[in-house]
Amino acid sequence: MAERLHKQRQTSDRTGEVSAEPGAATEQGEKLRAELDDLLDEIDDVLESNAEDFVKSYIQKGGE
Amino acid sequence: MAIPKVCGIETEYGILVRGGESNPVAASSVLINAYVNDRSRRIDWDFQDETPGVDARGFSYEDALAPEVESHLVNAVLTNGARFYVDHAHPEISTPECSDALQALVFDRSAEEIVRLSMALAAPLLPEGAELLLHKNNSDGKGNSYGCHENFLVARETPFGRLVAEITPHFVTRQIYCGAGKVGCEAPGFSASDVPFQISQRADFFEEEVGLETTLKRPIVNTRDEPHCDPQKYRRLHVIVGDANMSEGATLLKLGTTSIVLSMIEDGFLGSDLALAHPVPAIRQISHDPTLRRTVLMQSGRRMTALDVQWSLLERASRYANERGLASVGDQVGRLVLSLWEEVLTGLAGDRTSVANIVDWVAKERLLDAYAQRHSVPAGDARLRAIDLQYHDMRPGKGLSARVGLRTFVSAEDVSRGIERAPETTRAYFRGECLRRWPADIVAANWDSMVVDVGRDPLRRIPMMEPLRGTKAHVGELLESSSSIADLVDRLGA
Repeated sequence: MAERLHKQRQTSDRTGEVSAEPGAATEQGEKLRAELDDLLDEIDDVLESNAEDFVKSYIQKGGE
Repeated sequence: MAIPKVCGIETEYGILVRGGESNPVAASSVLINAYVNDRSRRIDWDFQDETPGVDARGFSYEDALAPEVESHLVNAVLTNGARFYVDHAHPEISTPECSDALQALVFDRSAEEIVRLSMALAAPLLPEGAELLLHKNNSDGKGNSYGCHENFLVARETPFGRLVAEITPHFVTRQIYCGAGKVGCEAPGFSASDVPFQISQRADFFEEEVGLETTLKRPIVNTRDEPHCDPQKYRRLHVIVGDANMSEGATLLKLGTTSIVLSMIEDGFLGSDLALAHPVPAIRQISHDPTLRRTVLMQSGRRMTALDVQWSLLERASRYANERGLASVGDQVGRLVLSLWEEVLTGLAGDRTSVANIVDWVAKERLLDAYAQRHSVPAGDARLRAIDLQYHDMRPGKGLSARVGLRTFVSAEDVSRGIERAPETTRAYFRGECLRRWPADIVAANWDSMVVDVGRDPLRRIPMMEPLRGTKAHVGELLESSSSIADLVDRLGA
């Protein structure tokens, strides 16, 4: 495994792209993109209506 | 030989009451009381110091004084073996002790569900129009931070100084896949325009390499020595340097890689050549550079990126697995972690999007970028901060992390079962099952003992000094065949 890792690392250093299974990666990439598009379509319904106030009022005490 | 990496996670949730008086201590109490009062009977946490006496079998019993209970703040033990309490101004859940990283992930997810159940139960108790908001994050964006701590069982015989030196490079660089992402910057001397987005929620708050503090001058390696088990044999490494993760893959990696690195340290396998010249500035420099190109200076004089350090750790871990095996972290779980570790480093080095389903900061950054692009939102806009916060929102339907396609690693059935039932492979089983079976007879409990009322004086304390004793395999039949807590105590003492 160490040897394989080393090869992959060299590949990634050289080309900046690595994918063991191009088909699977593309499919997954498309799925993620589709989900992101759907989320962006509806995000304004989910997001706090007054972002400015919400962010300002979000104050916590330190913990631990 | 590395010892079993028993582990767990403690998470402090951000809490806010909207539309009512926002006193976080009161709100946390309402939240937790709503949950424990809904259960059959509240069992308090016992603050008595750990019992030094060690029984060869892992537990026996001894006479006990009344437990020390801090009654002003709710602090309960649950039937799944977890602790649910008000810590400072936050509700906190500590998972039960788990025997491997995957099991700890299940119980971290169960803890999230307990928080959601608590929110639903608390809602009717709030004043008209008020709403309770909880966030599984680590910062309010205004310089206040709260923690998500991990705990790992390590061998007392491993010299602590060596442990600190060798674990530090991992703690500084693992954020590239464990970081939860943050809009802006809270480190002194930096503004949000210097650092519009960074990898970690927590990196801005670390000021020391090693120390006892957790709330001020936070150290990368925390030295709290409270083993909650046999102190002659064990330490509990209390890790305060991590972010709370929404991604199951990130939680699994955070616990899994750390378990493997700790095992390598115990076995003298890791070596010290990855030591960083300046760990405290390095943890921020790495967090502040989402391109992952920034190099940091090593003690050897070389410069390495965080990815370089992680590739080196993974190469060693793979060699370790082949030469020594992964028994200490669970063989199957260890293999899963190694393959996920490789997948995530490969993705981070190449096509970043390919790990947006595992790495929280990548998922969050992608969402922020897409939103900013679609709506032409400038950097520094409050809407981006709101998206950051809402990524961690625990309200059903409001949490953005639930909608970005994060990969799941545990089943809904296991998570649901983990709300009520303890892990079967650690002492949490004994604690949780006693609570579930005889709630009226348990006076109080803590990590390493339980005080029970056997119906006659005095109260009895049952020490549990061995984290891997009291498992289902060990005491399942004994519990099954005991008719009462008194019967159980008699049999334990027999």
